[in-house]
Amino acid sequence: MITIGIKILNKKEVLDIQGRAILDTLKKKNYSIEECHYGKFIKIKIDADNKELALEKAKEMTESILCNSLVESYELEVLSIDN
Amino acid sequence: MKKPVAVLCFPGTQCDKDVVKALKGLHFTVEKIWYADHFSPREYSAFILPGGFSYGDYLRAGALAAHSSAIEDIRLAAREGRPVLGICNGFQILCEAGLLEGTLRVNKNLCFIDEWVELELYESCPMWGGDKINRTPRIPIAHKEGCFYASEEQIKKLIDQGQIWFKYKNNPNGSLEDIAGIMNEKKNVAGLMPHPERAMAEWMGGTAGIPFFSQL
Repeated sequence: MITIGIKILNKKEVLDIQGRAILDTLKKKNYSIEECHYGKFIKIKIDADNKELALEKAKEMTESILCNSLVESYELEVLSIDN
Repeated sequence: MKKPVAVLCFPGTQCDKDVVKALKGLHFTVEKIWYADHFSPREYSAFILPGGFSYGDYLRAGALAAHSSAIEDIRLAAREGRPVLGICNGFQILCEAGLLEGTLRVNKNLCFIDEWVELELYESCPMWGGDKINRTPRIPIAHKEGCFYASEEQIKKLIDQGQIWFKYKNNPNGSLEDIAGIMNEKKNVAGLMPHPERAMAEWMGGTAGIPFFSQL
């Protein structure tokens, strides 16, 4: 079993309104931060023979369902490999 | 006998009863279709995806519903040129299914907006009311994800091919080009954020919604 983390954020060119609202609140609390982006994190466990195949499957499901490529971008990361 | 109008229901759909009542008030026969079932498009005269919160808006509004069995058959109905209308969450589902261009994002003010708005009929949709719809209908909106977004090329295409159905007179949610409703290229599939089924009688606040359905 291979566990993959899928990080989904708004594309850079798309205004991230929720990120901006969070940034404003943090700034109001005197935290010195420059940027804040709001997104989603999805963790899936895939039954695949190797890391490459698992990533390939994760890419397919992310591009078809999990992420809307019009407004979102994503990153995949292998979190763990269990035998 | 005229074929029934199909009203699709997903877990979390909540405007189905309003749509059914609106249609029955205009003497249509109506049949509800459950999202997990398959159906034969030729047995119906038209298809409506009502508003609500399918799958609780999990992942993205309309995203999970767009991958259901009933939507596979809606794709066929759309290809065959049959009339398909998505209202509010139904519009979001049609966009997520790729049957309409663009997507609906969280409102610019991050709030759920529930109010009557004035629209401008931009290009008429022959299958959904055509020119019978008032040029500036007043119809209520009720949504949190109604900010229409599309790429520059898509917006250009929507304008060039006459696919913009309605615009807001006073943009309430940050939609690009003030878009409130669009159509596909063939103009048989349409989506709009306002709820015409909530403007069917004077006691509701107006009757501008009637011609959306009465021409079916």
